Amino acid sequence: MTVLQSSHSQDQQILVQVSNMKKHFSISKGLIIERKVGSVKAVDGVSFLIQRGETLGLVGESGCGKTTVGRTLLGLYPATEGEIYIDNHNVRQARRDEMLTIRRKAQMIFQDPYASLNPRWTVNSIISEPLRVHKIFTSNKEKSERVQELLNLVSLSPRLVNRFPHEFSGGQRQRIGIARALASNPAFIVCDEPISALDVSIQAQVVNLLEDLQDQFNLTYLFIAHDLSMVRHICDRVAVMYLGVIVESAERNELYENPLHPYTQALLSAVPIPDPKKGRARSRIVLTGDVPSPINPPSGCRFHPRCPIAKDHCSIDVPEWRQITDDHWVACHEV
Amino acid sequence: MANHILEVRDLSTRFHIAEGTVYAVNGISFHLDHGETIAVVGESGCGKSVTMLSILRLLPIPPAEIVRGQALFLGRDLFDLSEREMENLRGRDIAMVFQDPMTSLNPVLTIGRQIGETLRIHMGLEKEVIRERTIKLLEQVGIPDPIQRLNDYPHQFSGGQRQRAMIAMALACQPSILIADEPTTALDVTIQAQIVELVQRLREQMNMAVIWITHDFGVVAEIAERVLVMYAGYIVESAPVDKVYENPRHPYTMALLAALPRVDRRRSARLRSIPGAPPNLLVEPTGCPFAVRCELVTERCRVEMPPLILHGPNHQAACWIDVSTGIPF
Repeated sequence: MTVLQSSHSQDQQILVQVSNMKKHFSISKGLIIERKVGSVKAVDGVSFLIQRGETLGLVGESGCGKTTVGRTLLGLYPATEGEIYIDNHNVRQARRDEMLTIRRKAQMIFQDPYASLNPRWTVNSIISEPLRVHKIFTSNKEKSERVQELLNLVSLSPRLVNRFPHEFSGGQRQRIGIARALASNPAFIVCDEPISALDVSIQAQVVNLLEDLQDQFNLTYLFIAHDLSMVRHICDRVAVMYLGVIVESAERNELYENPLHPYTQALLSAVPIPDPKKGRARSRIVLTGDVPSPINPPSGCRFHPRCPIAKDHCSIDVPEWRQITDDHWVACHEV
Repeated sequence: MANHILEVRDLSTRFHIAEGTVYAVNGISFHLDHGETIAVVGESGCGKSVTMLSILRLLPIPPAEIVRGQALFLGRDLFDLSEREMENLRGRDIAMVFQDPMTSLNPVLTIGRQIGETLRIHMGLEKEVIRERTIKLLEQVGIPDPIQRLNDYPHQFSGGQRQRAMIAMALACQPSILIADEPTTALDVTIQAQIVELVQRLREQMNMAVIWITHDFGVVAEIAERVLVMYAGYIVESAPVDKVYENPRHPYTMALLAALPRVDRRRSARLRSIPGAPPNLLVEPTGCPFAVRCELVTERCRVEMPPLILHGPNHQAACWIDVSTGIPF
């Protein structure tokens, strides 16, 4: 079930390697005597590789487990099962010192720029926190120089360094979050819906900034988003998630022009095209119903209750993760 | 003229707050025809929602103040009606669906009770009739098992189902205008597609006029016949839907369209971003509000607000510059 059937490799080209990662959250009942009554299978066996300098897009509807993948990958949630390597560090077995190294190399940008910055801290303390934690600079002078440099990188005036988050707009706050993520000179950044809270004209600014920084520092991104148009623009490869599993992954143009999984097809056909003539001409696959609960996911292929081409065996057999072409993988019986 | 179900003339709404006066809506005029769907597009804070809340007189006064303007519904100015008359009209003739169905539904009342309330207040129907109607409405908006779901509370519904319930509530009295304020923004694309289709189907069945507020040019292309683009409390462009995409005449509309990545095209270049941020509405506007971010700006733009200039049938834009040549008119 691995993306490439290779075991953990020392390949320098590969920065992030995840195989069969699972994250189950247990549901317990009872106030005094707690007992486990079930589990939310938020991520249920996900495998992928990310090359150095590449952007992998992770798309899917709310509740499909995208965010949990990002957080489990960085060790923010302990994984239930599977192997996770970032720059040859084993995330699941890392002790304190190694974990600190991983944290320095792998950072995160959050969705909500209002909730992810401490309102009582100045921009200076927010951005210099990673410098302090990782003991990157000892003198205050060096630290404040680095903060100024980081603010310049994200096109914010260094004069704003003593202001508080509420004095900034959403776009500016997201820039502060990006500066904080860059502070420790990471190689890898998980961008968890970094632009979905922003207005269209500001989204383009932030996306262009992320691309510039990627070029400048050879950054590797995991870009988690539900905006399929933006993902096509920014990502090199895209993986589609449904109910805790990846159902298809491919190079971006291959995925958007030749989607194979019926879920990918439906998802792409639901994206409105900003062109009325083209919109009227195309046909749409409208899915019925909602995403089922991850507590008790459907048997066999998880998509079968909503799938327009489901056959009898789809409800029994779990589809195999198959390679169709060079970099196009899909989990569906009917492809 | 006779075909206008709603006509708004020179509407200006301000908010008086501790920091000063917020110039939220600055003298906008537009109309809506019987059975027509228009989209109001713009970024947060551009005055889309405030315009609609002003028309429905749902803004708290103070801090809000409707400085001037008329909102003619079938020829009658809504601003002249008594509170009582307005209450009768809201929900019965003009209904509204809000962005966030979780905060606009009452969490401690069942869905059935909340939909039934509209019918009870406006139609004065019997309990049994209300129940039957409510079941039928839920069925119409595609909620499976409506008899069972009637007794469910909002938290037992999924996001898409809640928005369907809100639509059922809005449609209960068969209004002639439905105002939908970003009804799909909080939803996933697959659910958004379902809701868009639902509203289109019901609109045709009931011959209802729709005002759809959104910031998503993709959704606009799907539902609207005519589009109003708003910026900083002004309507900067108004056009039939095809014209907005083929031949936008305002630099802001052009910039917004250029800033959009396309799901149906290969990447060709970086996104064209619009520099700067929308203006501070606490400052009394002078000149064109887009001037500071505009590539084609001239001296005149900074001091004098351009009027809406006609570019074709139903196509107007508020810009001193001919965007196709870059030369002032």
